[in-house]
This record gives sequence, structure tokens and C-alpha cells, in this order.
Amino acid sequence: VRQSATGDAAGLGRLRASGFIAPAMVLVGVFLVFPALWTLYLGVTNWRLTGFAAAQPEFVGLENYLSALTDDRFLTSLRLTLVFVLGSAVLGQTTIGFAVAWLMRRTAPPVRAVVETFILLAWILPSSVVAFLWLALLDRRDGTLNAILGSEGTAWLLEYPMQSIIVFNIWNGAAFSMLLYSSALASIPPSQLETARMVGAGTWATLRDVVFPNIRGHVLTNTLLITLWTFNLFTPYLLTRGGPEQRTEILPVYVYQVALRDGALGPGAAISLIMILINLAIALAYMRVLKERRR
Amino acid sequence: MTFVRTALGRIGRYVFLCFLVVFFALPVLWLVTAPFDRAPALRLSLPEFTLDNFRLLMDNPYALRSLGNSLIISLGTMAVVLVLAALASYALSRVRVPGRDLLLYTLLLLSSIVTGTAAMVPTFVLITELRLIDQHLAVVLVMAGGLLPAAIFILKDFMDNTPQSYEESARVYGASSLQILRHVVVPIARPGLATIAVWSVVQVWGNFLVPFILLRTANKFPAAVVMFTFYTEGGQPNLALISAFSLLFSVPVVLLYLFVNRRYGFRFYGGIKR
Repeated sequence: VRQSATGDAAGLGRLRASGFIAPAMVLVGVFLVFPALWTLYLGVTNWRLTGFAAAQPEFVGLENYLSALTDDRFLTSLRLTLVFVLGSAVLGQTTIGFAVAWLMRRTAPPVRAVVETFILLAWILPSSVVAFLWLALLDRRDGTLNAILGSEGTAWLLEYPMQSIIVFNIWNGAAFSMLLYSSALASIPPSQLETARMVGAGTWATLRDVVFPNIRGHVLTNTLLITLWTFNLFTPYLLTRGGPEQRTEILPVYVYQVALRDGALGPGAAISLIMILINLAIALAYMRVLKERRR
Repeated sequence: MTFVRTALGRIGRYVFLCFLVVFFALPVLWLVTAPFDRAPALRLSLPEFTLDNFRLLMDNPYALRSLGNSLIISLGTMAVVLVLAALASYALSRVRVPGRDLLLYTLLLLSSIVTGTAAMVPTFVLITELRLIDQHLAVVLVMAGGLLPAAIFILKDFMDNTPQSYEESARVYGASSLQILRHVVVPIARPGLATIAVWSVVQVWGNFLVPFILLRTANKFPAAVVMFTFYTEGGQPNLALISAFSLLFSVPVVLLYLFVNRRYGFRFYGGIKR
């Protein structure tokens, strides 16, 4: 009787229920929670991929953190990451995504289907494939872009590396903002838009006074989510390998180069922890927004 | 005045729409033309139709094996995620475990911040210490660990909304709880399970980073990693092979997407893609 009161219709009981939950928790514990916690330890050692320190890592205290925070290459990487996230996600994807969602409301369904299909395709294709498609598009000697623009011999990925990966990521990820803003715009009461139209408000005034106040929560949600994803994006590595001269070495690429290519696992772990903490800050901000929206 | 403004607005709209279509379509067109071209180049061109590139693909042992590897890794991860998430979400949905909601939200938060990229170093060291480097199992376990929290979260929501009366009557007739799960709950929860299955396959199929850092030998690479090793004897990318391979590698994702889109509408897919 007590069990059905708690909704235990199948008569699992606490013990068997724990048995059902345990395997998943063990797997998550070992391969998700433990690595995150272990980073705390790894980051204060001189752990290496090969050599003496690989066999017997030593405790080095906060040295990895101090040297990271005073290292120009790390600080530059942090700055490049900021530029990349702001340019491609916060400005680029948001603007394109919103513009498409806004225009598509009054576009003929066939045109709408074509536009949305291509934007979605850019998003769902495997990252290795889209990376190669962009390598082909931007190729110096035989790329389609140079053929169209008549800019023979322009090596986009060498001359404009950061701009290239920013435009690439706008192309790659705009679909999410488009989907989110489409549903956000659909949730605006039509009567409000109708009123704005009746009083003769222009597009900008309508956006500012009617649309934006209605979708503020969506804007924050969208911005925080795409910031988190873009901050963790490894695909630019496939386009530029962080080069030329580390000019596109965003944090995901930087941590790969330091820890796995050069084998400095201890310092790499310190950077990993810094990245996890930045992720945590973004995620907590996101949860706060969700909580406020529910209120 | 208003007429001019409306006209200008309309022209601006069409110009912008054309720009959008060109910008988003241009890179993808290569994927539909080059695989069928007799002499595929990097530059986009109308193909001189042939299926030779696919024949080349069939004859390349690495290409076929890598697609097989992708299949093993994605289906393996899917199986682990599906079974463990179904068990856990069912128990969490039916039995009041103390601190359940806190546990679920904490795990969900962790899985969104401990990403493959940010946790690259500890994951690599852990797999090395477990002597699982260069094994498909390593990729399956790491991917499953990352996907499970969200899978449990979505499935639990689903289980909460399924009626419990069938389970009660099955119990009256003396079925054990595993029997109830298999013969009563799983059939009812099938749409939710199908969603999780499709979602986890899509997440793993295209993933580059995890197999890239955990696997060593070329004949174990999945498709996402192997693509960048296709060079001709002259050191140039083997475009005939790469183009056909890219298309074959992309088709399953597009088909799964269409499947989800038809069944649940793409907003749903948008919500669950990470």
C-alpha cells in the first residue's frame, strides 16, 4: 500500500530501484565525474606523455596555473577565443539566425523550405565533412570562392585565418538560432504585432518595442547556449590547425597542442580545469536565466 | 514616399534572401556534384557523370572499414546508453529516491560543462591508465558517459507521462519487475526510446574529437577521422575518394534527421542536438 502511494506501480522497491540506477551512475561516475575531479589533481603535477615524468609525476603546486596565466601564448589564445565566440556566435549566428526567422514569417513556403533546408544542412552534416567542404571552398589555387570573386591566388586561411573560421562557424551553427528564434517569434501574441502595424510603427520600432521585450528570455537562452557550444568547438582545428603562427589557436586547439601533441599533460590539465570553470560559469548563468523565466 | 520605402524594403529582402541561399548552399553543392564527377576538382563544376568514385571507395579497404568502425562505435554507444538510461530513468520515475531531482540536475549540469574538449586531458590520461587506448570500447564508454545524463533526463520525463495501470495489473498477475520492464514498459515507452537511440547515433556518428584522441591505428579509425588520411601517391588529397566517401558518410545523418523531422517536427531535434 505504501509503495503505490509513492507511485511504485511495478513494485520495484528501493533496493531493486538502486540496482537499476547503479550501472548508469557507475559509468557516468567513472567517465564523466571522475575525469572532471581528477583534473584538480593532474593540474598540480608535471605529468607527461613520455619520459621520466610519465612514470613518476611530481607535485608542482600551482606552477602550471601560474605559468599559464603569465604565458603570452595562453593569454593570446584566451583573447582569440573571445574574438571567435563573440564574432561567430554572439554576433554572427544570433544576427543571421534572427534575421532569417524574422523574414521567413512572411515568405512563401517553398522559398522558406529551400532557405531552411540549406541552413539546417550546414548544421547536421558531420563536422569532418563540413570542414573539408570549406577547405575546398577556400582553397588558394582551385577554390570556388576565388573563382567566383576573381581573387585568384588569395589564400583565405593564411591571410585571413580568424575571419575565415568566424564565417565558417556562422555558416555551421546559424541553424540553432534560427530554430530558436522561429519558435520565439511564434510565441508573440499576434494582437500586439497587429496593434504595432495599425499605429504605423516601422520595422525597427516594432522590433524594439514589441518583439524584443517579448523574446528577451529567448535571446539570453540562445546567447548563453551558443556561447557554451562555440567555446568548446574543436572543428576550427580541421581548417587551420591553429595556424598560421598560432593566429587561430583558440583554447580547444591550444589545449590539444600543449597536452596531446607536445605531451605536457600536467600543464594541459591546468588549462582543462580553466575551461571547465569557464563552462561552469556560462552554465550557471544559463540556469539562472531559466529560473527567472519560469517565475 | 511610403511606396518607395515599401519597394526598397522588398528589394532589400530579396537581395538578402538570395545572399543567404548562396552563402549557405555554396559550400554544400560540392558534396552533390564532386562524387559523381569523372575528374573531381576542388572547384565546383557540373559533373561529367560517373559512378567510378564509388567503385574506388568500394575498393579502398580503409574507407569501408572506417564506415564499419563508425557503425560499431555508434551502435555500441547507442546500446549502452539505451539500456542503462532505460533502467535508470524507469527506476527514477517510479520510485522516490531521496535527492532525485538534485542528482538529475547536477548530472545534467556536469555533462554540459565536462565536454569532450574541456575534459580532453583527464579523459585521455584516464583511458591511458585503464590501458584502453586504441580500443573502440574506450570511445564507446567515454561517449556513453557524456550522453547518459541527458538521455536519463529526457527518458525520465517520458516515463513520468506513461500510465502506470498496466504495470499494476502485470504485477497482480505475478510478473517480476524485469519482466514488467521488458514486456510492459518498453513497448509503451518505445517512442521515447527511439528518440534516444537516434539522438545518440547522430551524436556519435559525426564526432571527430573523441576517436581522434583515443585511437591510434588507422584501421580502427571511424569515418570522421579517416577522411583526413585520404591522399594520392602525389601527396594531394584524393578528391575522387574523399567526395564519394563524404557523401556516403553524410547520408545516414541526413536520413535520421528526416526521420526525426517527420515524426516529431524539427524543433524537437533542435532541442536535443548539442
